[in-house]
Amino acid sequence: MNAHGTAIKYGDHIDTDVIIPARYLATQSPSELASHCMEDIDKSFVGRVQSGDILVAGVNFGCGSSREHAPIAIKASGISCVIAKSFARIFYRNAINIGLAILECEKASDGIAEGDDVSIDFDTGIITNNTKNESYQAQPFPDFIKQMIASGGLMASITGGGAQ
Amino acid sequence: MGMTMTQKILAAHAGLPSVAAGQLIKAKLDLVLGNDITAPVAINEFEKAGFQTVTDGARITLVMDHFAPNKDIKAAEGCKKCRGFAKRFGLEHFYDVGEMGIEHALIPEKGLIAPGEAAIGADSHTCTYGALGAFSTGVGSTDMAAAMATGETWFKVPAAIKVNLTGKMGRWVSGKDVILHLIGLLGVDGALYQSLEFSGEGLQNLAMSDRLTIANMAIEAGAKNGIFAVDDTTRAYMAGRCDRDWTVYEADADAEYASVIDLDLATVPCTVAWPHLPENTHPATEGGDIEIDQVVIGSCTNGNIEDMAAAAELLKGRHIKKGLRGIVIPATPKIYMECIERGYTRIFLEAGCIVSTPTCGPCLGGHTGILAAGERAVSTTNRNFVGRMGHVESEVYLASPAVAAASAITGHISHPQEVVNI
Repeated sequence: MNAHGTAIKYGDHIDTDVIIPARYLATQSPSELASHCMEDIDKSFVGRVQSGDILVAGVNFGCGSSREHAPIAIKASGISCVIAKSFARIFYRNAINIGLAILECEKASDGIAEGDDVSIDFDTGIITNNTKNESYQAQPFPDFIKQMIASGGLMASITGGGAQ
Repeated sequence: MGMTMTQKILAAHAGLPSVAAGQLIKAKLDLVLGNDITAPVAINEFEKAGFQTVTDGARITLVMDHFAPNKDIKAAEGCKKCRGFAKRFGLEHFYDVGEMGIEHALIPEKGLIAPGEAAIGADSHTCTYGALGAFSTGVGSTDMAAAMATGETWFKVPAAIKVNLTGKMGRWVSGKDVILHLIGLLGVDGALYQSLEFSGEGLQNLAMSDRLTIANMAIEAGAKNGIFAVDDTTRAYMAGRCDRDWTVYEADADAEYASVIDLDLATVPCTVAWPHLPENTHPATEGGDIEIDQVVIGSCTNGNIEDMAAAAELLKGRHIKKGLRGIVIPATPKIYMECIERGYTRIFLEAGCIVSTPTCGPCLGGHTGILAAGERAVSTTNRNFVGRMGHVESEVYLASPAVAAASAITGHISHPQEVVNI
């Protein structure tokens, strides 16, 4: 599994209130949520994000509210992976559960600039910055989480891949 | 190797003799919680996976508190979905308008959680019940859906930061000041992935309402959970609320902690968190130049009767500043009733405040007190992120009920002693 896209970069402590403001939480529609993604810190995001783009941030990404609407909005925007120095723990669980790829990598977070062309190999955890000709090794998932992702997310893993 | 309180509860719920930090476990759950925002997403996932039954309906609690009473048609549809799900599975603990309160005040009040139990909730402030010596933590909707189906969930066993409390809080200082002060010390990710475990001789000087507020905001330091050692205050609180047998788990003497913080409660000042992070803490006395437009007293953090009492003490016989909006939200119907019986409702109304039905409303910028561009609020809620209470150019200052009430009277951020000479 691989990803390739342009980096969109934010800072530290990007909270779920700015990822998807509460005024839009009455809906559960991914496309409707995506149409307001990041709007409280970056009104240009929705207009410029392209399918496959990679979101890069600093520490504690996704802090605050447990709203799963936040990773849903990011995924439905077309973002192929979020790279951060660290993730808030509820966001981390939610992203895995809904199948949004996330990687913890301090060096990538520091090295990648807004607009850089970035490739990711999820099997090896190697992030390549094609613009700067650099590469960074991300922390791989624990085996337990790899198995959950391989079986298609949390719900698929508890149903054994089929409905009960 | 000894275990922390959290590790002991998790080991017991995983059916293991012991667990260690970093270990991945599956744990049985005593309570699975959702609200009108998060449960509809969970119900969609539950139905999409094709589940026909819940494992144990008596352990599932749904509370319609965030956008209820329904703020718009979409909110009404979300509550309707929850109502239908509760009916389909005969859920006893479904709380709709009239019976509902703000979930993290309602659940302890009704004895739906007890010491030593394990809970998850699709709401980040589910960590509140650590005040009772329970393990409880916030998760997302898909985790909630899976837990409704299986009665269990997976956890990575957390390491812990021990907070050793000594001393006694000063006049006008409350649990809110303690937790804001602590978040100021730790930072908003200072306890990331870890437990905050509160113990020490200072515990005897903290009322249950203070502990509930402190545990509630453990998430604001990034913590997985906050938890208090069980003592006589806990036992007195639980008396008459819960007929289940419950277990006290004490940390082992040789439990390992990632770090230990010694906190003398006497040194904690009335504390306010400036925008836009809860770690931006200042003594309330530094806020004299900050003019405000609105005060909110309520929320899962500070909507208990003790919080109402602290506000009423200052507002009695006084009026909030002309032009300022004062919004008081008792967290549950029982607390609302008690405000009427104790005369607080009259005090609030005569002071120029409104007294709202229980709701999370303004805390998350949902309804009942949204801010316009350039407006500032002092609020007893838990987050002051960009746009949290409304417009992205509005500002939220987090404070205790006493500081919020004093600030409502003066029109700027005020220490209570600016209003009363005690």
